[in-house]
Amino acid sequence: MSENMDNNKESLFSLKNRKLLSNPLSKENPISVQVLGICSVLAITVQLRASIVMAISVIAVMGFANVIISLLRKTIPPRIRIIVQLTVIASLVILVDQILKAYVYDVSRQLSVFVGLIITNCIIMGRLEAFALYNKPWPSFLDGIGNAAGYGWVLLTVGFFRELLGSGTLMGYQVIPDALYEVGYENNGFMILPPMALITVGVIIWVQRHRDRELIDVS
Amino acid sequence: MKALHDFLENRIKPHFVKGGRLEKFYRTFEAFETFLFVSGDVTKRGSHIRDAMDMKRTMFHVVIALMPVMLFGMWNVGYQHYQAIGQESGLIDNFIFGLLRVLPLIVVSYVAGLTVEFIFASIRDHEVNEGFLVTGLLIPLVIPVTTPLWMVAVATVFAVIIGKEVFGGTGMNILNPALLARAFLFFAYPAHLSGDDVWIYTGLEQGQQLVDGFTGATPLAMLTTGEIENLPSLMGMFIGSIPGSVGETSTIAVLLGALILVATGVGSLRIMLSVVAGGLFMGLLFNLFAVNDYMELPAHYHLVMGGFAFGTVYMATDPVSASQTGTGKYIYGFLIGVVTILIRVVNPAYPEGMMLAILFMNVFAPLIDHYVVQANIKRRLRRLKT
Repeated sequence: MSENMDNNKESLFSLKNRKLLSNPLSKENPISVQVLGICSVLAITVQLRASIVMAISVIAVMGFANVIISLLRKTIPPRIRIIVQLTVIASLVILVDQILKAYVYDVSRQLSVFVGLIITNCIIMGRLEAFALYNKPWPSFLDGIGNAAGYGWVLLTVGFFRELLGSGTLMGYQVIPDALYEVGYENNGFMILPPMALITVGVIIWVQRHRDRELIDVS
Repeated sequence: MKALHDFLENRIKPHFVKGGRLEKFYRTFEAFETFLFVSGDVTKRGSHIRDAMDMKRTMFHVVIALMPVMLFGMWNVGYQHYQAIGQESGLIDNFIFGLLRVLPLIVVSYVAGLTVEFIFASIRDHEVNEGFLVTGLLIPLVIPVTTPLWMVAVATVFAVIIGKEVFGGTGMNILNPALLARAFLFFAYPAHLSGDDVWIYTGLEQGQQLVDGFTGATPLAMLTTGEIENLPSLMGMFIGSIPGSVGETSTIAVLLGALILVATGVGSLRIMLSVVAGGLFMGLLFNLFAVNDYMELPAHYHLVMGGFAFGTVYMATDPVSASQTGTGKYIYGFLIGVVTILIRVVNPAYPEGMMLAILFMNVFAPLIDHYVVQANIKRRLRRLKT
């Protein structure tokens, strides 16, 4: 990754930069491959709306945090880098939290502490440590957005299935027709419980490994 | 027989082998072929001595051992129904009524589960295993007779895919698939698997009504809600003419099944005995420190109520998900008994603890085995040094 540093004349969307954006979506997905940030997937995917807001919040926080740390990377003393990173993330999270409270108050209530807990999301710290500290702002930005998007699509998929099967709704609107309920269909209460989020993530991992054999870890 | 064999071999098989029109369904064909005849495949190199007790025979022994509980369960479904509507009925009436209610559950469970098994066998190109023969019969026996059929199908598919196929199929599962199906139903559709209204098929027709004082509560539910004086007699619970899941009510039928399992060497006597010991131990412990009616209940009552007997004999002894080592089996079984009674008495949200206790200990079984094996290695090393 550090070879980006000595390549000054690289175009904005070179192959390498596009890879930064696209790899975390599949081969290096933070959730399904690196198994990071699982807690929030279990906690806030009961409703699709909350998942979407959470995904957007994380994209915003990660994009900006990566850029800021990347800009500061030469001035941060290595011994206190963790606390600097945390300060940056925490400030961004407070910003996001205030914006959510101002514009989508009900979702903000629903997400409750989990917006604050974005600070402890291991994906963000991980990318700052592994990438932003050693790379220029633009690649860092792409890396942040890419990883957050990789996190986001898993979140949305899990949220989609959990809300559809658990509550019969999507974004709060009923999508399973009443006729189906009349013939005996019922919402699956298990889908609302956290274990089912874990199983759904497991199924995503299974499908992904099945399609991309090189991800299978035989050890 | 010979004619049928020739017909299969010459007329049907060519369509399914490589190059045939139905090549994709070869595994389906093979499953039915080996169901009717012994597999035609022979080992190609060297000679193998094989025990006649292969998986198919093991599984059939369990199915045979399940017959007493299944037949009794069918009778009990009818008996409970006619009792509920206050109608006189004979042995045959009861049985026919129960048969008509239970058979759809069995058919749905087999069709749903085997469909998944066949699909996975085709994709992974291996033989269809006989493991589901037992699971498919266990599932209808551990759920209430009133469970909607589509829920049975969904739970079976879930249990086979998530409980078994993701881990690699028969023999690789961590949890008992039949219990997983029940747990899935229990958490997904709690209204259909708990409470007082689901255990007896009432299905009132015109002119019929429930008898006065009918509650439909299982003995365990009565204990949880504190109606200890309404409890059926110990003998009644032992014979099994009480409300409950289809196959779990009769301790006597379960004992008959246990006899078959132990005599044929399929079920582990160690596990069965240690589960009972664990249950009694915890029951007696509660008796010693009793602070309410439930805790004062004699320990042996626990053995005949709910799914304790059924779980002990058919579920805890599942050779795949149980502990493998001898000592491990004692620990595993004992803890199942202890946890079951603990859940029953202490947690009012779950009147029955057998399902959760077995699933819980299934997860711990490999850990128990690991420590038993390590302890054995240590012991032998010490012996070597002295």
